[in-house]
Amino acid sequence: MNFKRVLIVVLAGIALTACATQSKKAGQMQSDVYTGSDTVEFLATGVKDRVFFATNKSTLTTAARDTLRKQAAWMRKKAKLTFTIEGHADERGTREYNLALGERRANSAKDYLMTYGISGSRLSVLSYGKERPVNSGSNPLAWSQNRRSVTVKAN
Amino acid sequence: MKKLILIIFYLFIFNIPAFAIVEVDITRGNLDPLPIAVSPLHVESGSKDIKQEGKIIKNVGEKISKVIETNFKRSGLFNPLKKDSFVQNPDIAHVKPRFEDWNLIKAQALVTGSVKVSDDKLRVEFRLWDVVAAKEMIALAFSTTPDNWRRVAHIISDKVYERLTGEEGYFDTRIIYVSETGDKTQRYKKLAIMDQDGANLKYLTLGNELVLTPRFSPKNQLVTYLSYFRNLPRVYLLDIETGVQEVVGDFPGMTFAPRFSPDGKKIIMSFAKDGNSDIYTLNLSTRVVEKITEHSSIDTSPSYSPDGKYICFNSDRSGLQQIYVMRSDGSNVKRITFGKGLYGTPVWSPRGDLIAFTRVHKGKFYIGVMRPDGSGERLLTENFYQEAPSWSPNGRVLIFYRETKTDSDGKGFSAKLWSIDLTGYNERLIETETDGSDPSWSSLLSK
Repeated sequence: MNFKRVLIVVLAGIALTACATQSKKAGQMQSDVYTGSDTVEFLATGVKDRVFFATNKSTLTTAARDTLRKQAAWMRKKAKLTFTIEGHADERGTREYNLALGERRANSAKDYLMTYGISGSRLSVLSYGKERPVNSGSNPLAWSQNRRSVTVKAN
Repeated sequence: MKKLILIIFYLFIFNIPAFAIVEVDITRGNLDPLPIAVSPLHVESGSKDIKQEGKIIKNVGEKISKVIETNFKRSGLFNPLKKDSFVQNPDIAHVKPRFEDWNLIKAQALVTGSVKVSDDKLRVEFRLWDVVAAKEMIALAFSTTPDNWRRVAHIISDKVYERLTGEEGYFDTRIIYVSETGDKTQRYKKLAIMDQDGANLKYLTLGNELVLTPRFSPKNQLVTYLSYFRNLPRVYLLDIETGVQEVVGDFPGMTFAPRFSPDGKKIIMSFAKDGNSDIYTLNLSTRVVEKITEHSSIDTSPSYSPDGKYICFNSDRSGLQQIYVMRSDGSNVKRITFGKGLYGTPVWSPRGDLIAFTRVHKGKFYIGVMRPDGSGERLLTENFYQEAPSWSPNGRVLIFYRETKTDSDGKGFSAKLWSIDLTGYNERLIETETDGSDPSWSSLLSK
C-alpha cells in the first residue's frame, strides 16, 4: 500500500517535469513563430535587432511590429547611420525559393521601418536564404529562430 | 512491285534481331544487369609510362579498363565480371576472342583493346564483341595526348553504352558543384568541378565569398552561378577554361536562380526587387534584357524546354510553392502541380519528355518526375532533405544533393551528392573530397 503510494508520487513527479520542459519550449513559440530571446541581440538598450516569421510567411507579427517601431524610433535619433536588413529562411525549403523568401522578409521589415519615417536610402536589404542559420539544430525551435530578418548597422 | 517492297521490308525487320542479340533494356529498373567482361587493354611493346602531374602511370591499358568497369558498374545496367576468371590473354582476345571461353564465365559482351603510348601520343583501339552471337559489334581507334587517357576510357564506355542500350551515353561528362566545409551556421562554399566519376577534381573559387547554384551551359565550357561577391548577390558567368568571370547584367538588386537557354545564348534567372521576384532573360551577345513574368508573387527556378519554346518555373502565386509552365515569351501560364504539399526546383529533361522536381510533403523531401502537362507524377526517392535535381545529358540519370538532420546538439550535419536512375533504381552516393551541394551535369564533352 505504502509502496504503491510512493510509486504514484514518483510517477506524478515525472509527469510534472515532462510538462515543465514542454511548456518551457512551447513558451518560446507561438504557433510556429519564435517568441523567445535566446538568439536576439540588441542595437541599443531595449532595441532588439531581429524579428521572426512563420513558416513560408513574410507577414509581420504584432511582436515583430513592436520591435520594428522601437528600431525606427532609435534610427530617427541616429540619423547618420545606415542599415542592412538581412532576410533569412529555415533549412526546410528549396534553396532558390528561400533566397526569394529571405528577400521578401527583409523587405517586409524595411517597408514597416519606412512607414515609421526611416528613409529607404538608409536601408538596404540582403537575402541569405537558408545559408546562414543562427541555430544549427534540425528541430522546430531551431527553424523558428532561423526564420528571421536582422537589422545590422552598415556604417 | 508492291510485293517486292514488302519482302524487302520484311527482310529488313526480321534481320535486326540477328544483329542485336545482346541488348540492355533501360526502360525499367534493371535488376538483372548485363554480364560484361572488360579485358585489360593490351599495352603494345615499346610503349612508355605516362607522366601526369608529377605522377607516373604504369600499365595504362589496365587503368583504362578499370575506369570503364567502374562506369559500367555505377550505371547499374552492366555487371562487369571479375578479371581473375578471364582465361584469354588481352592481346589474343583483342584479335580473335575464343567465344566459348567467355561464354563459360557467362559474359554476354566483351570489351577488348590495345594501347600504344609514345612521348606525346596515346593511340587506343577497342572492340566490343557479342559473345552470344560470336560477332564483333564495334571497332574504333582514337589518338590523343597521353594525359587524356581517362577521357579515352569514358569515350569507350559511352560507345559501348550506346551500342548496347540504343541511347547516348553520359560518361564523358563533368559535374560542377558547390564544395562545402565548416560549421553549419557559417559554411564556406567553393565552386568545384570534377569528371563524372569523381576524378580530376578542381576548385574554381577560393571560398572568400558565398557561391551557389552553378549550372553548365549546354553548348560550351561556360558556367553561370550566384556569387555574394562584395555582399551583392548577383548572377555571374564563368569561363572554366580561362577563369574569366563577369557579372551578368546590371540589376539594382539580387539576381539568382540562373540557367542557360538550350542554345546557350541567353541566361534566364530571377531578379528580386522590393520583396518581389520575377523571371528575366538576358541575351549574352546583345545584352538585351527581357522581363518574362510580371506577378506580385515569387517567381523563380526557371528552366527551358530543350526546344526553347517553353519554360517551367516555381511560383507561390497560388499561396504556396507550385510548378508552372508557360511559353518562353511569358504567355499562357499554366499550373501543373496539384498534389499535396509543395513543389519546387523544376528542371526540364534534355529529352523534353519529363520535368524533374523536388516535392515537400509532411516533413519529407522527394525527388520526382512528371510529364510537362503535370501528368504521370512519379516520386523516385524520399528523404529528410534533398533537392535540386540535374539531368545527365541523355536524360536517364538525376544527380541531386541530400542534407542530414542534425542531432539535439546541432551536430552531425552533412551535405552529399547522390544520383538515381529515372526508374527509381540504382541510387548512389557520389564521393566527393568535401561535402557537396547544387550539382550540375555537363553535356557530353566529345559532342
